[in-house]
Amino acid sequence: MKYETQRVAYPFFIVAMALFAAQVSFGLLSGAVFVWPNFLAEAMPFNIMRTSHTNLLVVWLLIGFMGCTYYLMPEEAEQEIYSPKLAYIQLAIFAFAGAAALVGYQFGIHEGREFLEQPTWVKVLITLSFLMFLFNASMTLLRGRKTAINMVLMLGLWLAAIFWLFAFYNPGNLSVDKLYWWYIVHIWVEGVWELIMASLLGYLLIKMTGVDREVIEKWLYVIVGLSLFTGLLGTGHHYYWIGTPGYWQPIGNVFSTLEVVPLFAMVVFAFYMFWKGSRNHPNKAAMLWTLGCATVAFFGAGVWGFMHTLSFINYYTHGTQVTAAHGHLAFYGAYVMLVLAIVSYAMPQLRRVQPYNQVLNMWAFWITTSAMAFMTFTLTFAGVVQTHLQRVMGMGYMEVQEQITMFYIMRFGAGVVVVIGALLFIYAVFGPAREQAPAYVRGASATAD
Amino acid sequence: MNEGLSKAAARNIFYGGSLFFFLLFVGLTAHSHLYIVNTSTDREGLTDSVRHGKEVWEKNNCINCHTILGEGAYFAPELGNVWTRFGGRENPEAARAAIAGWMRAMPTGAPGRRQMPYFDLSDAEMNALIDFLRWTDAIDTQNWPPHRSG
Repeated sequence: MKYETQRVAYPFFIVAMALFAAQVSFGLLSGAVFVWPNFLAEAMPFNIMRTSHTNLLVVWLLIGFMGCTYYLMPEEAEQEIYSPKLAYIQLAIFAFAGAAALVGYQFGIHEGREFLEQPTWVKVLITLSFLMFLFNASMTLLRGRKTAINMVLMLGLWLAAIFWLFAFYNPGNLSVDKLYWWYIVHIWVEGVWELIMASLLGYLLIKMTGVDREVIEKWLYVIVGLSLFTGLLGTGHHYYWIGTPGYWQPIGNVFSTLEVVPLFAMVVFAFYMFWKGSRNHPNKAAMLWTLGCATVAFFGAGVWGFMHTLSFINYYTHGTQVTAAHGHLAFYGAYVMLVLAIVSYAMPQLRRVQPYNQVLNMWAFWITTSAMAFMTFTLTFAGVVQTHLQRVMGMGYMEVQEQITMFYIMRFGAGVVVVIGALLFIYAVFGPAREQAPAYVRGASATAD
Repeated sequence: MNEGLSKAAARNIFYGGSLFFFLLFVGLTAHSHLYIVNTSTDREGLTDSVRHGKEVWEKNNCINCHTILGEGAYFAPELGNVWTRFGGRENPEAARAAIAGWMRAMPTGAPGRRQMPYFDLSDAEMNALIDFLRWTDAIDTQNWPPHRSG
């Protein structure tokens, strides 16, 4: 850690990880209802659990992105953070808004568009906090060195904020509502968040592989270019069946198929730099999460996305468990693993120790990732059976659900393991630091920075 | 990576290309907006009651169990075509009564069956909600879903 104000990231990571634990816990509760349908039916209906699960995910990822930004910006801009105090205030506002929304949900206080359930005043606070964050990070950038990494990162964050503003527009026409709702949901996760993802991966690769910045930054521009060229019109795959014109079918087919390309490029990018790099960085756990992020994002977002993106397939799979399978692995691979990679990388510096608890951290990686993969497989099988019975044969929804209970039981088991893996990860990064490293780096004199 | 491509060129392609695709996307969205308002949805039918029904739908967070036009939580049945499924196109009054009666009978309390909570809706709210579902049922969705089962 070269700059004192990089420590601003620390509380962001703590809050993010606490919310991560809460998010997977709500996921487990929701998963239980699929197995025991009367579970908590009176105390906490499924819609509240599910709202809490998805909102916590988005909130902790955003707080994680902010922490990542505060961590890397001083190094990239060669400049201390403009105002650490502003960062703490902005975190407090964001955390308060998120907590207020979460508590409110338990009492039935919410709005009712998916993922945008926060009451308007909470949305305003979130916007305010995010603008304070953008101001703080941008001022740091403006005063300092501009690199491809920090420019693309800030562009991604600014665009995320701009598209978020559609959350305040809720027209009475359901189809128009959905048309612009996807401006937030799709353009975030399959567009501008990919800018954040690629730049953070680029940063990690520069730091850990020692490959020349020029090479990495060129790759970065190519990847984010491919992301937006394909991802913007790739929104078409959400415009097949909601009252939008038929031309979105060919557009969606072509461009959302191409969305796989930048995701594949990120895998090649990560592994190519890893092999090319001369540097033997001691933080093996962070490297594992970095490579894992690119890989699982490719499978979750790329392969599982492509599986049901073509309109003539999506006609049958739209809104089945196939979508749930894709959603789980895509978010986990692209964004959860990304933040966990940065946390794994940054925490030793923030705690001013050599990389620690690495073996435990890598156990957490394999346990969580395997369980997420298993969960995705069970939901995929559930979705395929559901698609056939309900969409091809025309059986009723509830009747079909009874046929796929077995998959939900297996999914719940996978969920238990995910929670264990997440808790292990949190313990590995925040628990007592033991000098634990894989045998092949033990005793190596390399230092981390 | 191709040595022929410089970083500056890659950057310019990124910014220029993104702007091009963004403008194209906005243009197509604008056209789609007009198409929705004028062609695929019932403009005259979008009454105050339908709008109010959408608010009732949202206030009760229905989307986090059900789906509507395939989007939602996948935990409970699709409601974009529930009007058709209850026979509303043949017999609107009977469908209206059946949907209201179904909702008022919740939760069933049946063991081993997913429970829908009881929602304390006034008659006006119930009617508005059903008007909203009826209006939604008439959206031209390119013939989705494939079956009445949703």
